[in-house]
Amino acid sequence: MRLQLSIAVTHLLARKRQTLVSLSGIVLGTAFFLAVSALMQGSEKDFIKRLVDNSPHITVSDEYRGADIQPAAMQWPDAAVNIRSIKPQTEVRGIRGYQQKLAFIESIPGLRVAPALTGSVVLTFAGRVQGVSMTGLIPESMREVSSIEDKMIEGSLEALNANPNGIIVGIGLINKFKLALGRNVTVTTSDGIVRSMKIVGIFRTGTANYDETQTYALLKKVQSLLNRPNRVNRFVIQLSDPNQARDVATLIEQRIGYKSVSWLEASEDIMSLLTVRNIIMYSVVTAILVVAAFGIYNTISTIVMEKTRDIAIMKSMGFHASDIQLIFLSEGLIVGLIGSLLGIAVGLGLMWILDQVVLPITAMGGPTHLPVYRGQRQFFIAFAFALFSAVAASYLPANKGGRVHPVDVLRGSM
Amino acid sequence: MSTLLKAQSLVRTLPLTVPVTLVRDISLEIQHGEFVAIMGPSGSGKSSLLYLLGLLDIPTTGQLWLDGQDTSGFNEDTLADLRLAKLGFVFQFHFLLAEFTALENVMLPMRKLARLSATDMQKRAEKLLDDLGMADQEHKKPDQLSGGQRQRVAIARAMANDPLIILADEPTGNLDSVSSANVKEILRDLASQQGKTIITVTHDPVFAKAADRRIGLVDGRLDPNWVHPNAQS
Ligand SMILES: Nc1ncnc2c1ncn2[C@@H]1O[C@H](COP(=O)(O)OP(=O)(O)O)[C@@H](O)[C@H]1O
Ligand SMILES: [Mg+2]
Repeated sequence: MRLQLSIAVTHLLARKRQTLVSLSGIVLGTAFFLAVSALMQGSEKDFIKRLVDNSPHITVSDEYRGADIQPAAMQWPDAAVNIRSIKPQTEVRGIRGYQQKLAFIESIPGLRVAPALTGSVVLTFAGRVQGVSMTGLIPESMREVSSIEDKMIEGSLEALNANPNGIIVGIGLINKFKLALGRNVTVTTSDGIVRSMKIVGIFRTGTANYDETQTYALLKKVQSLLNRPNRVNRFVIQLSDPNQARDVATLIEQRIGYKSVSWLEASEDIMSLLTVRNIIMYSVVTAILVVAAFGIYNTISTIVMEKTRDIAIMKSMGFHASDIQLIFLSEGLIVGLIGSLLGIAVGLGLMWILDQVVLPITAMGGPTHLPVYRGQRQFFIAFAFALFSAVAASYLPANKGGRVHPVDVLRGSM
Repeated sequence: MSTLLKAQSLVRTLPLTVPVTLVRDISLEIQHGEFVAIMGPSGSGKSSLLYLLGLLDIPTTGQLWLDGQDTSGFNEDTLADLRLAKLGFVFQFHFLLAEFTALENVMLPMRKLARLSATDMQKRAEKLLDDLGMADQEHKKPDQLSGGQRQRVAIARAMANDPLIILADEPTGNLDSVSSANVKEILRDLASQQGKTIITVTHDPVFAKAADRRIGLVDGRLDPNWVHPNAQS
C-alpha cells in the first residue's frame, strides 16, 4: 500500500498544473456547496424560527375535524351503512366548558397556553369605517404564548389591565385613520352594541394586512361585547420544544375533541416550498461536483495513458493488476481528500465573507446579517460527497490501467 | 547441472481476424547457470519466445516448467508473483520510471516483494549500482543519465530480487558501441562470475559467441543450422 501510494504521489507531483486544476474543481465544488447550503439552511432555520416564534405552536379552535360517528354506524360497525351529507357540527358559540379544557391542557408538561376569543367588529373614527378582527385576551397569559409584546411600538399589553376599556391596534390602522395613542374609537358589533374604546397600545408586525385589521382587548371586555360570557373560541399554545407540536396537537385533539392544528400543519405549503428549495440547492451543487469529478476523471485518464509504458514495466517486474488499480485510485483519493479539506477551508472563508454582509433595515427590524448556518452535517456531506466523486471518477481509468498487458506494450514499442 | 527452465511444444498464435503464429512448436531446456543467446532474423519471433519463457505471455498450447514448477493454468497474479521473485528483465529500451531516481528504480521490485527492511533494500540497491559502476549516479533521474547508464540501472533493477534468470531482449540494440561493449561485458560477467542464468536475444555474433549456447530462430521455429550473416566461420 505504501509503495502504491508513493507512486501515486509521484505521478501527481510530476504534473502539478493538471493536478492543481482538478484539485481546484473539487475545492470549488466543496466550498460552494458549503457556502450555499449554509445560506439555505440558515435562511430556512431563520424562517422557521420566525414562523415558530410568531405563530402559535398549536391552535385549538372551536371546530371539529370530522363528523361524529353516526348512531347507525355505531350500531353496526362493519355493515354497509352509508350516510351522506353529514357535516361536522360547528360550535358557533365557542369552546364549551373551556375552563376544564384549559385545565387539562395546562396539565401537559412543557407548554404554555392562553385562551382567546376572536370576533369581528367595526371600528369608526372621524367618519372612517373599518371592519376588524378583535381578539380578547388575558395579558398575563397571552404574553407567554405570543410575541405581540415585542411588536408593541407604543403603549403596552399591560395597559389593558389599567384601562379595561382599552384597545390595542396596529400601525396600519393608525396611519389609515390618522389616529394616535390615547384617542378614542367607536366599536360596533354585529349585535348592534356600540362602545367607545381608548387606544392604549400600537403594534407593528410588518405584515400590512395584520397591522390594519387586527385589534386586541381584554378577554372579559370582548366576551361582553360579543355577548358570549364565559366563552372562548381559541386556545393559543406555545411549547418549550416546537418539534413536539404535532404530537401534542394530536394528544389534545384526541382528548378534548376540538380541532388542534400544529404550526407544521398550518404551514404545510411553506414547508414543502422549503423542500423544493433544498432539492434545487442539492441539484446545483451535485452538478458542480459532477463537473469536478469529470476533471479528475480527465486527469487520471491522461496519467494512465501517459503511463502505459510504466504500467507495462511494473507489471512485467511483478506488479498485480490490483496494484496498478490501487495506484490510480489513490491518485483520485488524494485529490479528493486534499480537495475536500481545502474546500472546507475555502467554504469557511466564504461563510465568513457572507457573515460580513449587512442587509439594509427592513420592516422586520434593524440592520440584519445574512443567516449563515454552520451545521456539522453539511460539512460531513460535503466531505463525503467530494471524496466519493473523486474516487468514483478515478475508478474507470484505474481499471483500464490495471488491464494493460505488458506484452502488448512491449510488442508495440519494439 | 539441473534444468531450470523447460519448454515443451510452445505455440503462440495471436487470435486476430487472420491469426498470426509467432512461435511454432518450440521445445527447449535451459540449465542452471547457463548463458543462452537467442538469434535470428528480424521478425523471426525472438521477442515472442522470450516473453513466453519469461512468463509475460501465455502460450496458446504447450507447457513451461520454471524451477520444477509447471506453470500451465497459472493466473495472471500467480505468474506476476513468479516473475517478481524469480525473473528479471532487461529490454532494448531502458524502461525506467521517469519520476524516480536510479536508486528508487532499482528498489521498486524489492519494495513490491517486501522481503527486506527499508534500509537493507537501500543498501542492496546501492551495492548493485556500485557493482555496475553507477555509485555516483544513483540519485539522478533517468533523463539525467546516458543510454548506457540507464541500461546499467535496468540491469541492476533486473537483479534486484536476486532472480534465478535474467531475460534480456536486445539489451544493447539501442546503445553506442562503447556503452554496448560495457553492457555486454556486465552480462557476461554476471554469467561467468556470478553464475547467473541468462537468456538474451542478440544480433551480435561476438556477444553470442561468449554464450554457452546459441539458439537459432527462423520464422518462429528453432533452426539449429541458422548462422548469423556476419558470423565468421
Ligand atoms: N500485434 C501483431 N500483429 C501482427 N503481427 C505481429 C504482431 N506482433 C508481432 N507480430 C509479428 O510477429 C512476428 C514476431 O515478432 P517478434 O517476436 O517481435 O520478432 P523479433 O523479436 O524476432 O523481431 C513478426 O513477424 C511480427 O511482425
Ligand atoms: Mg524483437
